[in-house]
Amino acid sequence: MKYSSQMVAKPYFIFALVLLAGEILFGLTMSVQYLYGDFLFPALPFNVLRMVHVNLLIVLLLFGFMGSTYYLIPEEAERELWSPLLAKITFWVFLVAGVLTILGYLFVPYAELTKLTMNDLWPTMGREFLEQPTITKIGIVLVVLSYLLNVTMTVIKGRKTTISIILLTGLFGLAFFFLFAFYFSDNMIMDKFMWWFVVHLWVEATWELILGALLAFVLVKLTGVDREHIDKWLYLIIAMTLIAGLAGTGHHFFYMGAPGYWLWIGSIASAAEPIPFFLMILFAFNMVKNRRIQDDNKIALTWAKGTAVVGFLGAGVWGFMHTLAPVNFYTHGTQLTAAHGHLSFFGAYVMIIFTMISYAMPILRGRPHGNCEKAQKVELTSFWLMVIGMIGLTLALTVAGVMQIEMQRLPDSAHAMAFMDAQDKISTVYLVRSLFGLMTFSGLIVYFYSFFVKEDKAVA
Amino acid sequence: MTERITKDMARNIYFGGGLFAILVFTGLTFDTVNRIPELSHESKITKSVIAGKKVWEENDCVGCHTLLGEGAYYAPELGNAFQRLGGSDKQGFRDYMQGWMAAQPLDIPDRRKMPQFNLTTKQVNNLADFLMWMSKVNAQEWPPNIQG
Repeated sequence: MKYSSQMVAKPYFIFALVLLAGEILFGLTMSVQYLYGDFLFPALPFNVLRMVHVNLLIVLLLFGFMGSTYYLIPEEAERELWSPLLAKITFWVFLVAGVLTILGYLFVPYAELTKLTMNDLWPTMGREFLEQPTITKIGIVLVVLSYLLNVTMTVIKGRKTTISIILLTGLFGLAFFFLFAFYFSDNMIMDKFMWWFVVHLWVEATWELILGALLAFVLVKLTGVDREHIDKWLYLIIAMTLIAGLAGTGHHFFYMGAPGYWLWIGSIASAAEPIPFFLMILFAFNMVKNRRIQDDNKIALTWAKGTAVVGFLGAGVWGFMHTLAPVNFYTHGTQLTAAHGHLSFFGAYVMIIFTMISYAMPILRGRPHGNCEKAQKVELTSFWLMVIGMIGLTLALTVAGVMQIEMQRLPDSAHAMAFMDAQDKISTVYLVRSLFGLMTFSGLIVYFYSFFVKEDKAVA
Repeated sequence: MTERITKDMARNIYFGGGLFAILVFTGLTFDTVNRIPELSHESKITKSVIAGKKVWEENDCVGCHTLLGEGAYYAPELGNAFQRLGGSDKQGFRDYMQGWMAAQPLDIPDRRKMPQFNLTTKQVNNLADFLMWMSKVNAQEWPPNIQG
């Protein structure tokens, strides 16, 4: 560790991992409800579990991005963080707000929660992924603003690199588009339209800039390849991200009450959305091939290559599968959407955070050459358990989606099967999904264990 | 291929392409915002429809159901509930909704359960009116059939 203020990243990383464990546990619980509808009902209805599941994901990724930034920025700017104290305060504020919100979901009926938090004053609740009470949303804005201030001041006062500028661009984009969460209209279609400005423009635009910058940083550190070269790749990746990703938002506007021209624009633009992810694979493997140093932290490099590959599979391949309007006509809002969502979030965003943690955590724990070989072996086992678990789960959901479409969507009105009847026929596949989910969770447990593997005394 | 591209060229593609994409997307956004009122029959949004939207949101219906394909995939699509469950009959749909909401949760072992939300008669009518308005939105002929 070059700068002592990088240490503030540590609690962010740890808490992100704790939240990930919670997220997967809630996912597993939901998957059991898919099989046995009475499980934990009425104490925890499905919508509550789902709210917690997806909100934990969003918050854990934000904690992960923040931790990654606080580690990366001092090193890129070649100076201490502008205010380590502010970063510590932000951590606790965000943690308390996050925990309170989750407890609210779990212990207060949602309708009560809307009253308790005076949703009527400025209604923002009851929308998918944006279920947080308005007061929590304001809290998120304040936390993000203080985080942006801290990072921006550090960059302004220090060395400016392509990586840090692009990371900052992504973060400003994240903050800007979150403001659309405060949009409210009596017209549900307007609500739906603006809702995508948060959801799509986060995960398929601004977050990809963050992903690209973090990946580039780890590759610079672990391969020693010339920055000129790395920067060039980074620019190409994010150029394609914006060119395809912005108009690509149109693939969400096909069948929700927006004008028909989105059928064409959304299809064409989003057909190009796999390109930046494919470039990321070329980028990662090329840099590794041309590396100038052999870093002992091999597992971090495995994660870096993994996030490029699984991100491409989840976002690129599984996204392309149903992004063309005539296909989406039948797949829209089926389990196929869930399949794509799971693998893309895991591959692109959870795995880049694993990459950062795998690279930075050993250094923060006083092991500049990475964890010992034994610990890295354990971590490699966890890598494969989680990756295979997630791919298996995604394949199961894909089969479920195809079956659902075949029974419920393809036939005409006289012959199509009702939703619940079709779901009954898919139950075996949902069982397989649960088992792969369990595999993913066991992978995370093994990952946690890798932190406690003792250093080899002889090597140390 | 990439050897022939320099860092400056890549940066120019990013700035040029990015700016172009932002302009195109912003332009289309303004056009869409102008056309949604007509496509969604905004003039037909009554006080009851607005109150129904509020019931929809305050009970997190989207946490299990989809509405025009967006939401969770645990329970049926409701954008065309009026046609599927109410047979496109206004009073029939309202009566159906009153009965259905009062009967939750259904006493069928292991079936997916819908909670009892304890809504008032008026709230259920509002919800029904909201869903009836939703069913008229021009969604490019989606869903493919009555099952949603």
